[in-house]
Order: sequence, then structure tokens, then C-alpha cells
Amino acid sequence: MPDTTIQDTLPQDGAYNYAYLDEQTKRMIRRAILKAVAVPGYQVPFGGREMPLPYGWGTGGIQVTAALIGRDDTLKVIDQGADDTTNAVSIRRFFARVAQVATTTHTGEATIIQTRHRVPETPLTDGQILVFQVPIPEPLRMLEPRETETRTLHALSEYGVMQVSLYESIARHGRIAKTYNYPVMVNGRYIMSPSPIPKFDNPKLDRSPALQLYGAGREKRIYAVPPHTPVKSLDFDDHPFEIETWTESCALCGSTESFLDEMIVDDDGKRLFVCSDTDYCESRR
Amino acid sequence: MSGPVLSAYRVTKRFGGRNACRDVSFDLWPGEVLGIVGESGSGKTTLLNCLAGRLVPDGGSVAYETRSAGIVDVHHLSEARRRLLARTEWGFVNQDAREGLRMGVSAGANIGERLMAVGARHYSEIRGQAIDWMARVEIDADRLDDRPTTYSGGMRQRLQIARNLVSNPRLVFMDEPTGGLDVSVQARILDLLRGLVEGLHLSAVLVTHDLGVARLLTHRLMVMQGGTVVEQGLTDQVLDDPQHPYTQMLVASILPV
Repeated sequence: MPDTTIQDTLPQDGAYNYAYLDEQTKRMIRRAILKAVAVPGYQVPFGGREMPLPYGWGTGGIQVTAALIGRDDTLKVIDQGADDTTNAVSIRRFFARVAQVATTTHTGEATIIQTRHRVPETPLTDGQILVFQVPIPEPLRMLEPRETETRTLHALSEYGVMQVSLYESIARHGRIAKTYNYPVMVNGRYIMSPSPIPKFDNPKLDRSPALQLYGAGREKRIYAVPPHTPVKSLDFDDHPFEIETWTESCALCGSTESFLDEMIVDDDGKRLFVCSDTDYCESRR
Repeated sequence: MSGPVLSAYRVTKRFGGRNACRDVSFDLWPGEVLGIVGESGSGKTTLLNCLAGRLVPDGGSVAYETRSAGIVDVHHLSEARRRLLARTEWGFVNQDAREGLRMGVSAGANIGERLMAVGARHYSEIRGQAIDWMARVEIDADRLDDRPTTYSGGMRQRLQIARNLVSNPRLVFMDEPTGGLDVSVQARILDLLRGLVEGLHLSAVLVTHDLGVARLLTHRLMVMQGGTVVEQGLTDQVLDDPQHPYTQMLVASILPV
């Protein structure tokens, strides 16, 4: 069923303010976003609200989207690259209902793209906004449990401990074994968690023409990468950053350049590789 | 090289209304090892923490002569400068190695942390330096990728020393570096420390309650009681000819073997 008809059949909810959140809350979130844009990679605390879905399902991303969205926007929501998973469909329907916006599955048509775990394969353009759902915004969290200390480390740019974790990975596995949520240095100043996107997507963040906003609902943090900002994945001189590669191509569209999901298709363990970005895959068939 | 590396002037620290240390002044000269001895609760560790910038004293000042920027007041530096100083020009050896080490990462990463903190980004070079330091503190190079949790107490202490010295500091604070280790391990660590201090021309402040350790390692000794320095002088002089009744008691209470 195309999304335009979903929108037409949904009840228009008069009981809620436009885009679900009240105006004061949206204003507070917009302030946090402005600050985040002004200090790329810095985690801005905000008064996260209860949303009508559980923490971990995208409450941070939804609040950022709600604060930004207007009637002229076209929204695309992806989850692990797919437009048709439960989480993506629910969030898309939610905004179609509370904000009466047009929705789409085509990357090129969207003005706001809320995403979990992927950056679309189709290159983003000026004026687009990519909203990430972030579970753990603090990249140093697993290395340093104290919040007061991690804030000090960020303030003083003391990032030796992050490099220690990469060293440890090479010492143990012979290479940097981190494949997702791969830490990046934003604008040469702050180390940032790019949310659990595969490291395959990290190069797409670098100098992207689109605005990237990151919302963490449970941890109540917003951070941002403004358009055309340098984003560098951390590495060692003799162990440079590398993205995943596949020997296979997509079984549906034949792409050799996109991020592939491995699927087991029968009880004999037969495998199939397909693009994780469904819109990209469909557009190539 | 003219002046002292570290000068303390009337350093005082109170906890509540109680003086933990009071009016402690001294100069530490390049290449010198100063021992602070006294019984438990006499203010040794508090003084050491004040000197190392870990505690802010209630009175007095601590001046340190940096390699490049002249003499600075440790407690008037910005936090950023002080932390930089602490991980480049200083070392701090804790009594409990677990406090000074990252127990969750390998020995190599522990040694390499200071190098990476000041911008080293070449894995093989960092590893090479770590192997070099493992040899200098007499740990087998094949334990490089093991975590300190798998090390014995003595090895942990030696690893902690390596981790501190890798950045080539000029001043090392040591808080009971041989406390809680058995006597033969103590002897090896003392041997090692003596060699390193002389070889690297380190200055050091060593807190201990063990007069044997003080005799072996230190050039000069301060005896503390109840937060004040009751006697100070050359180590041999203080230990062989103690003047203050408390020092006499301390020296006399060493158990004969």
C-alpha cells in the first residue's frame, strides 16, 4: 500500500499538538540542536521526554525529528537500511498521523531521513537532514564508566584511552576488529560515536553535504555534524582504517558497492547476500 | 640545570579540623631521591598527593621546574596543564598496582597508553617501545599481550613502573612501591628501581614506612609524625644517628633478623 493512502486513511489527531511534542519542548530541543551544530561532535544534554515507544526503539531520533518536522517535509525512515521493518513503518506512520507529512521510501525525495544502523547508499544532497537514533552517545563509555571523567576527557581532548582500545584490538585480533559504532574524530576536536552504523558507512559521514543530527533518548543527549564537516575514523599509521568488503554481489540487484546482508535461506545453510539498503536495491533492479 | 626540581613551601592540608600535614617545606634537587618515612597516619601519603597535584593543599605552595616552561606553581596551573604534566614529566607509582594500571587491557596497551596520549599513532613503534620496557623491568616479552590480571603482584608492580617511565619523566612519586610484596620480590623491585633512578637521572619522592627501603633507595630522608616533619637530613645520618626521640624510637623498632 503506498504511503500517501496510509496518510489519507489515518485519523487526524486533534488531541495532540502538531508533531506530538508540545511547542515548549520542541523549542528546547531546537535550542539543543543549534548548540550541537555550533559545536560539532559535542554532546548537548537535553530534557528528553517520554515518547509513545520504549527506550531503545528510537525515542531520541523521534524527538529530534518531531522538533524539526513541518508540513512541507517529506519523511523517510529506515531501520538497518530497510524501509519496511516494523520500527521503520511504525515511526513513519506515527509522523504521518501526528504531523500530516508526506512520507517516502526514496532517499532522493526525502528532506528528513530518520535512520537506525545505516546511512543510505544513495549520496545525500544539500538541504537533507539525516537523523540518527543513538543508544549510547558516549564513545568512551566502555573505557571509562564515570560520566564526570568522560566529560573532562572530552573537555581536555584527552583521547589516549580511545587509542588504547584500538591498540588492544590489534594486539588481540591482529587488526582493528571493531566493525560498527566505530569512533570518529569530528572537525579535529571531539571524538564521537557515529551510532551503531557499520564502519562501512563511516566514510559517508565525512564532509557530507547533508546535516547529521544524533539523538539519544535514554541518555538525553543530542549531537551533530554540520554539512561539509571533516569526520575522520580513528586508526594507526600502520593499521589504517578500512571498510568491510565482500567477494559476493547482491543477489537481487548485482551491486558490488553496497553494504550486503548475509541471509540463510534454507535448512541446508544456503546463503544469499542482498543489499541492506532496500530503496537502493529496488532502484537498481 | 641550577635550581631544585620541586620545592614545597609550608604545605598544609587539613581534613575537617585536623591537620593531615602541616608546614612541610623542602627542595628536591635533580637526580635526588627523597624519602618520607613515618608511621601510618603520619601524613605521608597526604603530603605526596598534595605534591603530585592530586589534592589541593589548604596552605602553602608547590613549585615545579618544567622542562620547557620554567618554574610553575603546581596548584595554580589549569587542570589541562596539570594533567599533561602528570602524564609526561611525572610518574606516580601506587602501592596497589591495580590503581595505577588498566586491568582490562594488555600489558602492552598499559605501557603504550602514555605514548598514545601524547599523539603516538604507529602501532609497531608503540609495541616496540613496550617490548623494550618489558625487558627493562624484567618481564618476559611473551607476556606482552596478557592482561595484568594474569600477573603476579611483583610483576604488576614492575609493569606499573614501566607504564610510568615510558614517557621519560623527570620526577616520579612513589607511594609504598614495595608494600604488600614478599621480601625476595621486594629486593628485586628495589634493585630495579635503584638502577632505573640512577640510569635515567630521575628525581623521586618515595613514601614508605619501611626504613630498609629508605636506606637502600633514598639520599635524603624526612621523618614525619602527626603531620609535621620532626627530623630531616641525609639518609645514613638520620638512620645511624637519629636525634629526635620519635626517630630514635622508629629506628630502634626495626626487627633484628
